[in-house]
Amino acid sequence: MSIGTTTLKIDGIEVTVPEGTTILNAAKANGINIPTLCYLEGLTPWGGCRICMVEIHGTPKLFPACATPVNTGMEVITQSEKLREYRKMVVQLLLSERTHVCSVCVANNACELQKLADELGVDHVMFERNWTSQEIDSTHKSLVIDRNRCILCTRCIRVCDEIEGVHILDLKNRGKDSQIIIDLDQKWGDSDYCTSCGKCAKVCPVGAIYVESEALSETKDKHIAEFILSRRNR
Amino acid sequence: MKPADIQKIAEHEVDFQRAYKHRINVCTSSGCVPFGALKVLKAFEEAVKEFGVEKECKVARTGCVGTCSVGPAVIIEPGDYLYQSVTPEKVREIVRDHIVLGLPMKENLYSNEAFFTKQQRIVLKNAGKIDPHRVEDYIAMGGYSALVKCITRMTPQGVIEEVKDSGLRGRGGAGFPTGQKWSLVARAHGSPKYIVANLDEGDPGVFANRTLAEADPHSIIEGMVIAAYAVGAEKGYIYIRAEYPLAIQTLKLALEQARVLTLLGDNILETGLKFNIELRFGAGAFVAGEETAILASVEGRRANPRPRPPYPANSGLWGKPTLIQNVETLANIPNIVHYGGEWFAKYGTPRCTGTKCFSLTGKINNPGLIEVPMGITLREVVFDIGGGIPDGRKFKAVLVGGPSGGCLPETLLDLPIDYEALTRVGAIMGSGGIVVIDDQSCMVDTAKFFTDFCVEESCGRCNPCRAGLARVKEIFDGITKGEGKMEDITTLEKSSGYIKEASLCGLGQTAPNPVVTTLRYFREEYVEHVVEKKCRAGRCFKNLNSEANKQ
Amino acid sequence: MVTAEKARVATIWLSGCSGCHMTFLDQDEALIDLAKKIQLVYSPIADVKVFPENVDVTLVEGAVANDHQEEMIKFARERTKILISLGDCAVTGNVPALRNAWVKSDEAVLKRAYIETADVNPQIPTEVPELLPKAHPLHEFVKVDYYIPGCPPPSGVVNYVITELLAGRTPNMEGKSKYG
Ligand SMILES: Cc1cc2nc3c(=O)[nH]c(=O)nc-3n(C[C@H](O)[C@H](O)[C@H](O)COP(=O)(O)O)c2cc1C
Ligand code: SF4
Repeated sequence: MSIGTTTLKIDGIEVTVPEGTTILNAAKANGINIPTLCYLEGLTPWGGCRICMVEIHGTPKLFPACATPVNTGMEVITQSEKLREYRKMVVQLLLSERTHVCSVCVANNACELQKLADELGVDHVMFERNWTSQEIDSTHKSLVIDRNRCILCTRCIRVCDEIEGVHILDLKNRGKDSQIIIDLDQKWGDSDYCTSCGKCAKVCPVGAIYVESEALSETKDKHIAEFILSRRNR
Repeated sequence: MKPADIQKIAEHEVDFQRAYKHRINVCTSSGCVPFGALKVLKAFEEAVKEFGVEKECKVARTGCVGTCSVGPAVIIEPGDYLYQSVTPEKVREIVRDHIVLGLPMKENLYSNEAFFTKQQRIVLKNAGKIDPHRVEDYIAMGGYSALVKCITRMTPQGVIEEVKDSGLRGRGGAGFPTGQKWSLVARAHGSPKYIVANLDEGDPGVFANRTLAEADPHSIIEGMVIAAYAVGAEKGYIYIRAEYPLAIQTLKLALEQARVLTLLGDNILETGLKFNIELRFGAGAFVAGEETAILASVEGRRANPRPRPPYPANSGLWGKPTLIQNVETLANIPNIVHYGGEWFAKYGTPRCTGTKCFSLTGKINNPGLIEVPMGITLREVVFDIGGGIPDGRKFKAVLVGGPSGGCLPETLLDLPIDYEALTRVGAIMGSGGIVVIDDQSCMVDTAKFFTDFCVEESCGRCNPCRAGLARVKEIFDGITKGEGKMEDITTLEKSSGYIKEASLCGLGQTAPNPVVTTLRYFREEYVEHVVEKKCRAGRCFKNLNSEANKQ
Repeated sequence: MVTAEKARVATIWLSGCSGCHMTFLDQDEALIDLAKKIQLVYSPIADVKVFPENVDVTLVEGAVANDHQEEMIKFARERTKILISLGDCAVTGNVPALRNAWVKSDEAVLKRAYIETADVNPQIPTEVPELLPKAHPLHEFVKVDYYIPGCPPPSGVVNYVITELLAGRTPNMEGKSKYG
């Protein structure tokens, strides 16, 4: 079965991409940058952070570029006053949700949220911040989870499930009380099934999961999932 | 069983029922049972024996007639005499006067004519009339004849056309044209195809779907089998919340009866049609009713919504084409097939045909379950059917669409109820919750209350709904504690807009509606709270000087 | 020197580590140019007792963490045309706000600092301004016109913002300064 192509417009530029490509990848292939956060190449799109939202001409709705496939004739808008406003809102809400103090964070200067705040000009947060005080779990021999810094992007859950294939990470509770849990909500050190592969720390966009006494700039590897998949599919 | 046998059952049952001169229908649905309906039922059974009229008078359990505030409700036929607030003690008198002496007890009858005259019962036509535990009752009322008509005389495409002609739109909230959805599923590639009937009904204060399942379970099942025939589905699930034990029990029994009569199974009525239904129980999360969340839950996963596309019609349960339909939508189907799409389209308005069930609650004289033609005005619902506001209080607002509906003021009372009109003014059809609010309520407090609900029910997947609503809630906490600033109102407006537009699923997209509409129609109350620290209803600032509030 | 034509600039030091003031001084030779355009009318590095009137620009370092600071910042706001939050403590609360995660953080933090970790003579000081229950970013108390995040912010950005403002332009913070 041959795969056809789709022609559409992104920010007024006509582009042609393979059928079924997401808006995000279609844009990327044509040098148009759309900010992302929960998205990670190689993992199932989650569509939760909303930073990659784009407008599509003719509908009042916004669409997550990471999870929306292209359609023939679609006119995508990736930059507008409204999108800028809303992307800033995403970052502000994430910063206000838990304890984010860059100056004392392991991920300082290696953090995707920090970087986005800078790029989008989020020079302050209009909401009162929450100062959470979840206990830090450092019971594992090398991996640490600090849920106060978690932005619930679920990259760790997805990489553990889809790439490492163990699925020891998941979510408990819902809404603002959502938390990443290990195994059946155990201490990390008590997990029998964690293979200690460290992929979760590699993909964590912030400083929520990290390797003890390792600079996060060294741990991080945004391309791990994509890379492993590409080797597997050879 | 062959198709023709259904007709035989119907004839036999009609004859059987004709042998009785009277029929006493005791409502035993979830609304009336807490008022002692089961004792009333037993008392009637004993009383008819005592007076020796058990041969001419049938005592039956039925579903809800809708007058939930004056339960237990009892209907005596012929004549549809509706007795209200019946107690076991009164039963003997009723049997003696009404049945034996032929003198209905006027003083115990439900007197509010308007409650019924403005209603139009299509989905609920059997509710309160038939015994939901007897499939024969349903068949005697013409039940399953629509299915027989479909599989003997109509093509699947013909059924879909009929549904399209009816103009029926989804009753689960979004109002998507049902016939169009069926076409999509019918055309979708993949097998097997599935049907999910949505009976999650997670909105607080809404009970229309539960009532339907308790009163007339076979109408849902028949609708599902017809849908299965039309779209080519093999397997169906009814997703029902576990908090509805009576509805579950009723549905279980109905499914069993349908299987025995081969109205479900691998060879339905010996026509080769295959369709089975299983029940799936929800754990009570509001968001689990969202269509992609329901799919996850049926598959046994956490009920998180996911981005669409892909739409369930193409990729639903286990990646297969799936038709998700609200149970009220499904219960309309047998009527549409039986009487024709054109007949159905005569009710309601051109764009919104048919009827809709509403759960009417709040500060209203006649709360209960109603079914009205689309396009009826809010005023008719609140003042004619609902009988207005009790205790001589003043009407203030009506919340339409459940916890994420809009609070509409008096000036909008003449608005016709249909999907588009409601959306225009900031409300939604939702699952048909109507809450009437009187002048004792504070609109800021009301908006806060419903925001709190949505904060608790947010699944947490997407940022606007999870974090945005939580911040909105905190701002409300501040305002109602007397710490509000004028900027807070702007922040509320900004965040609401963002949450509505950027949320992943319908929960977040509609959750700010109470905030947006109260800001739009009752802004002065916000300003009073912020500037004067005054709550005209005296509900907020509880911890502050209460003297100041009284003035 | 025609001081009347110079912009009247003030700097305030609340709960912060003084790093932001260091950053201000770190403008090095740019300070010489700046000095031609501004007059420093109030600052921890200038010996002025009372915050003066008619200030054009005030840069504030630090979070608002005690009642004196709250009073101070409200007072300064009234006398300032343009108020700038300088650095993460003023913008977000940052390190001084870390205590906010504790229950009754004002009492808890004093106990920790002056009793539990004291080597000699443990006692809670009484003759000093009272801590607020939480440490707050500036804009939770007063209207803030511009924000310069960073811990500390790069001195080039501080210079950029002041220069833009003096030239009557609006600084654009996109891509200029990150938190931390
Ligand atoms: C948060 C949320 C809750 C919902 N709950 C229900 C529900 O309880 N019952 C229902 O039928 N539809 C519910 N829906 C609507 C469904 O997503 C879906 O649109 C509907 O079941 C489709 O059936 P219909 O076309 O017959 O209305 C809900 C939607 C959202 C966003
Ligand atoms: S809008 Fe709310 S309920 Fe829906 S996906 Fe987002 S967080 Fe979950």
